[in-house]
Amino acid sequence: MSDALLPSADDAYSSPDAQGFYGPYGGTFVPETVMPALAELSEAYESAMQDAAFRERLSYLLAEYVGRPSPLYKAERLAEAVGLGAVYLTREDLNHTGAHKINNSLGQCMLAQRMGKRRVIAETGAGQHGVATATAAALLGLECAVFMGVEDIRRQSLNVYKMKLLGAEVVPVDEGGGTLADATTAALRHWVERVEDTFYVIGSTVGPHPYPAIVRGFQCVIGEETLVQLEVKNIDHVDAVIACVGGGSNAIGMFYPFLRHLPAGSRPLLIGAEAAGLGVETDKHGAALTKGTPGVMHGFYSYLLQDDAGNPLEAYSISAGLDYPGVGPEHGSLKDSGLVRYEAVTDADALEAFVLLTRTEGIIPAIESSHALALLPRLAAELGPDAVLVLNVSGRGDKDMDIVREAGVE
Amino acid sequence: MSSAPSRLEAAFLKGHPALVAYLMGGYPDRAGSLAALVAVACAGADVIELGVPYADPLADGPVIQHAAEAARACEGSFGLAETLDLAGEAAALPGMPPLVVMTYLNPMMRMGLAKVGQKAAEAGVAGFIVPDMPPDNPMAVQWKREAVARGIDTVFLAAPTSTPERLAVVGEASTGFVYVVSSLGVTGERTQLPAELTDLVARVRASSPLPVAVGFGVSTPAQAATVSAIADGVIVGSALVRRQDDPSALGEFVGQLVSAVHTGGR
Repeated sequence: MSDALLPSADDAYSSPDAQGFYGPYGGTFVPETVMPALAELSEAYESAMQDAAFRERLSYLLAEYVGRPSPLYKAERLAEAVGLGAVYLTREDLNHTGAHKINNSLGQCMLAQRMGKRRVIAETGAGQHGVATATAAALLGLECAVFMGVEDIRRQSLNVYKMKLLGAEVVPVDEGGGTLADATTAALRHWVERVEDTFYVIGSTVGPHPYPAIVRGFQCVIGEETLVQLEVKNIDHVDAVIACVGGGSNAIGMFYPFLRHLPAGSRPLLIGAEAAGLGVETDKHGAALTKGTPGVMHGFYSYLLQDDAGNPLEAYSISAGLDYPGVGPEHGSLKDSGLVRYEAVTDADALEAFVLLTRTEGIIPAIESSHALALLPRLAAELGPDAVLVLNVSGRGDKDMDIVREAGVE
Repeated sequence: MSSAPSRLEAAFLKGHPALVAYLMGGYPDRAGSLAALVAVACAGADVIELGVPYADPLADGPVIQHAAEAARACEGSFGLAETLDLAGEAAALPGMPPLVVMTYLNPMMRMGLAKVGQKAAEAGVAGFIVPDMPPDNPMAVQWKREAVARGIDTVFLAAPTSTPERLAVVGEASTGFVYVVSSLGVTGERTQLPAELTDLVARVRASSPLPVAVGFGVSTPAQAATVSAIADGVIVGSALVRRQDDPSALGEFVGQLVSAVHTGGR
């Protein structure tokens, strides 16, 4: 079973072309200084994925350290409350460190170790990727620095403290809006300076090639396990699979195996929930796929919130993890091809869904995952009362207590 | 290789090393940046690089970043279109050296590569430097088609980390000159230039017949003189942008750099 949980090298490189393009999106738009490092990373990833010892070690850590496989839990009271036949929750929130992020951080930190890099850096929004990377770095004995916007440091102070406890340096980024996009720029700049001894652990399916492919490779354990568990539970029909999308790593991890293993005719509807913030008709949202236009940021070409002069705009969302003006290139391609549908969910709807899962199931979800949960009532209306849905609970809500309290939820 | 050198390349073939002066378009405002262009031209700079203010300048240090922010904040958001317009006005002035636009890729994509080429040609722009557009990606190939058709050079960057394979790609794709990034990291003043610079410049020369200019971290006349001993051009940016709101101080400083570079090495 351990091997079934991991992507093979063939999987991971099947959709971007040799230059890292998914249809028109993706690519490598970075200063020349890091071009050799990206080529080296591609080679190291490919060779690691073909190395049985590497895969075995990762499998072992995913099982014994992260706590995989994640349960596929049938949320009966939730399904009844929203009027659906069945809702199965993939419990990424039960992972060590509380979210799907650890799947990728662990994989990339192992790659860093394999490449002989003693130091890793990461960007973080909600702090989940920062905590996961600090955790993996502690486990593997690597030095770690995490770049985080000052606004996110304010709204996710608990995770900041956790990273420091784990021995990581948290570097405050006081540029732009002080959120994920600014932290990513700061991390990229730092990487250009320290590329010789530092590995950049990117947290989502974004950045220059080969990062989107690598992150997908390490995250598709989510969808692979889900497919196995559906089979074990004899669930032969699923109407829709839902995940939230910021950069898009938990969503691609869930969707990619469905796209790869199931023929078009028997494939469930795949739906990504992005952040509508205060509403997509306002300028306070993070809905790159719904409202953006193609552009280059952070080393890749994809849908982007930008002004008429081509400057990236500041995104907004109550969720620090979805507060990003861009989106992973593969999602851009999946949107254009119609293989995945993307909908935007407001702060208010996400908060309502947060409370709903908490009260009906005793599961407190991350505010990011709550965006996916908010689609359930809409899908009940669209697909009817017998529909069977799978939803990825990408993380747990412990980190969001202050935000939810500030929003007036009692 | 037998064709006559372009206007930009010729600026490096005047019998002495060239000073390439970087200024930020629209900083401190449009009129101020035009005054700075004039001051730098009068002081004898051989090439002027004109930066396009951008919100996410991945390759630039704090001085250029903050100038870009200031330029974007005034004049109703100064961007690529406004910079090309400014370049057009400057290029028409007597004694103006070749102008090279330095911009990130996204403003070009947003405007459309064909339109950028057309407007740049109308403005009399001699070349482009796009630090987040490596030469071997499809957008670079598309842009070069537009640029070549209009006689506009495209300068690519070589870095201390560049492998021989990368240097070959950069050397092959560049026209006008090759931009050697002296050190890792972003633009900005540094107290010391790396010891390996001589070797890097030699490796770049081996990969391309074009003039080689060195930038990133060169900030004093003494450093500029040192670099001019090994390269065909010296690029100074942040140290000028820091003085850009005071044309007379800027002109005086550029004058010192010009004499250091023109007489420095040889």
